[in-house]
Amino acid sequence: MKYAYISLVMAVIVVTNTKINAQTDIDGVMMEKNAFCIGPMAGYSSWKNYWEGSLKRENLNLGKVSTTMYSLMGNYGITNKLNVMFGLPYIKTKASAGQLKGLKGIQDLSFWIKWKAYSKKTGQGRLSLFAIGGYSLPASDYTADFLPMSIGLESKNLSLRGMADFQTGIWFATISGTYIRRSNIELDRTAYYTTEMHYTNKVEMPDAASYNVRAGYRNKGGYAELVLDGWKTLGGFDITRNNMPFPSNEMNATRIGINIKYPMAFLPQLSITGNAFTTIAGRNMGQANGFNAGIFYVIDLSKKEKTGSDNSQK
Amino acid sequence: MKKINILYIASAILLLHSCSKDITETNLQFPALQPANTDINGGTWLPILLTGPAEFAVAAPIATTAPDYIAQVNEIKSFQAHITKEERRAVNYWSAGAVLRWNEIMRELVALHNLPPYQNADGTYPFPSANNPLAYPQFPFANPPYAARAYAYVAAAQYDALVATWHYKNLYNRAAPYSVDPAVNALIPKSNLPSYPSEDAAVIGVTTELLKLLFPGDQEFIQLKAEEHKKARIIAGANVRSDLEAGEALGKLVAQKFVTRARGDRTGAAIGNQALWTQMENDAIARGEIPWISQESPKRPPMLPLFGRVRTWLFDSLTMVTTIRPVAPPSTSSQQFKDETEEIYNYSKNPTREQVRIAHFWADGLSTYTPPGHWNAIAAEDFVKANFSELRWARNMALLNMSLMDAATACWDAKFYYFNPRPSQIDPRIKTTTGLPNFPSYISGHSTFSGAAATILGHIIPSRATAYTAMAQEASVSRMYGAIHYRSDCEKGLETGNKVGAYAVARARIDGAE
Repeated sequence: MKYAYISLVMAVIVVTNTKINAQTDIDGVMMEKNAFCIGPMAGYSSWKNYWEGSLKRENLNLGKVSTTMYSLMGNYGITNKLNVMFGLPYIKTKASAGQLKGLKGIQDLSFWIKWKAYSKKTGQGRLSLFAIGGYSLPASDYTADFLPMSIGLESKNLSLRGMADFQTGIWFATISGTYIRRSNIELDRTAYYTTEMHYTNKVEMPDAASYNVRAGYRNKGGYAELVLDGWKTLGGFDITRNNMPFPSNEMNATRIGINIKYPMAFLPQLSITGNAFTTIAGRNMGQANGFNAGIFYVIDLSKKEKTGSDNSQK
Repeated sequence: MKKINILYIASAILLLHSCSKDITETNLQFPALQPANTDINGGTWLPILLTGPAEFAVAAPIATTAPDYIAQVNEIKSFQAHITKEERRAVNYWSAGAVLRWNEIMRELVALHNLPPYQNADGTYPFPSANNPLAYPQFPFANPPYAARAYAYVAAAQYDALVATWHYKNLYNRAAPYSVDPAVNALIPKSNLPSYPSEDAAVIGVTTELLKLLFPGDQEFIQLKAEEHKKARIIAGANVRSDLEAGEALGKLVAQKFVTRARGDRTGAAIGNQALWTQMENDAIARGEIPWISQESPKRPPMLPLFGRVRTWLFDSLTMVTTIRPVAPPSTSSQQFKDETEEIYNYSKNPTREQVRIAHFWADGLSTYTPPGHWNAIAAEDFVKANFSELRWARNMALLNMSLMDAATACWDAKFYYFNPRPSQIDPRIKTTTGLPNFPSYISGHSTFSGAAATILGHIIPSRATAYTAMAQEASVSRMYGAIHYRSDCEKGLETGNKVGAYAVARARIDGAE
């Protein structure tokens, strides 16, 4: 079980800076056949400064904007090379100053299919290549048109990720790139202004792309790694001076973080995960810092074979 | 096998997503204007500021047999011979109507400029300057009173310009080029309305001239639209150049009367000053009431506190005080005030999704065309279906927008006469699901605008009267759902708006158009 530092739900992280996916859609680890890993996560993130376009500023009428997240995540090994995953978070936002009311609710239901397409010993290590497809859609009727208090951006997202993982001994590095196609969204109003007037309730959401680089220590049961990731919206516009954010803004972010997973010695099926991150650059989003923690349990669903329940890597 | 499964699932999801993100916007689907009635005698309708339809002279046109006219027809033919896709788009776009399209352009300019200035380093706020419109903060800050005034001046002036235009059309009776020369294609629906002077050009002339005053930093954008519009009329075969020149010149002359009125309507003094803001606060305290206090950080001066003294269209300032101004709100020390505050706390505590939807549908806050713009959009969609002549479009838009501006004035008069605090100032537990406006609570602007608009629109299109009343009711209550207004603000706002609207109805009955 791995914590994925950034995923196709990054769009929401960018805004609310909380949603963190504790599953393995973005790491080089697979669940074994018939193993099912499930567990809750909780997270908190906040920002005081944000980028209005490229201008970094604070907003005394928002103060500190924080997001609390609780989620349930699961991962099932159809085979050793093919996993399916899901994630479902509940999100709550709050501003420490000003009058705007925070919102709360179940956000987006995400699914992934992860395929380990290639794996080969090369020299002193092993190189594996993966393809991951993801899909997410709102699981409740929340509104995206109340940023930064909205709990999500409402679009249905289809993502395709290519990933390479190299491990030698206990050291590893993983790199991935993702393209995210985002559907149009619908506002509660019949007209809106971006860089021009629009007479429709529909908003065209620009697609996005992301990268993720992670490296560190990894053995059969746990890991500790450093992560660098970036999200770029492929289009969109800047928040105008002293305006509020809009769902189709060009939201970009670069973040660094640490990430650990620690299996319990007394019960290897049980592990705890934790991470912390900070935002080092961005555009039209908050400069968020955050942390998350989760507990995961692996259940062996196979009838015949008796396997160790840890999520071995090979 | 696995590979096939993945491909299958991936393609199923792709299908779900369907490929196109194209959005067709409502206003680009409006059909070409094809008035059921040309209102050919509209030159007799009662103008607003003009002393009469012939106050400004328009010279007689040259004969359609004159060489110069034939040269102008040839200009049309040369455009039509090499018409481009972009020119066709422009012809179709402008064919929906001059008053409609320029109203949309106004709404766009309002939305662009509807952003409050960011504070100075010392915690004070800068004010936009009309003399330096492109410097930050750009001029204007098109907040709801400013927007209401802009829409009203442009709409009223367009109406007067078209009354004069219709007068001369009837007088000179020069047919449209597509009727004069059968070789000219009519790329828009034909009409037997005389084409000299051009009604489209009169709208262009009067509007561009007023927009120099109202949106002085957007001249390039406005001029490009005007040029495209004029060219579209020529390419469409609807006007020769001399039709346009006469109409535009007439429009510009009419605009001057409205510019003069605008310069003297007291808007320039509406911002007030620190002494006035303090005075208003102290007056409320002296009456034994809790005064309104800005909840922005840093505290922002109230929005246009003297807008209530701006010159109105439909009644005089004495009527404002004796007839329009609502009774005092519940005292801030009364049980009713306490109960109404508690009611808003309950809306704030756990808003339903439907309440949030309604609050957001009518929010019309930052970076939008404001509530007056929203009612213009509502009216425009219905007017498109009604097939009005340009003149009747202008007359109805003028009635609507004079009502909306007078509603703004009446509302601001009450707000700053009573200086009543917002619910979230009284009860800090109250958080809002829409932006909190930076001015006193009583009476609700949305309610006042909506009451006025629903009243006059219900008179113009009686079959929609019930629907307009329901919309106004929803717009009004949306401010309670958003937790920014008490019930009294909304109810008295609607009432006050209805009163204002009734003055517009009274004018409508005698202006000669009914």
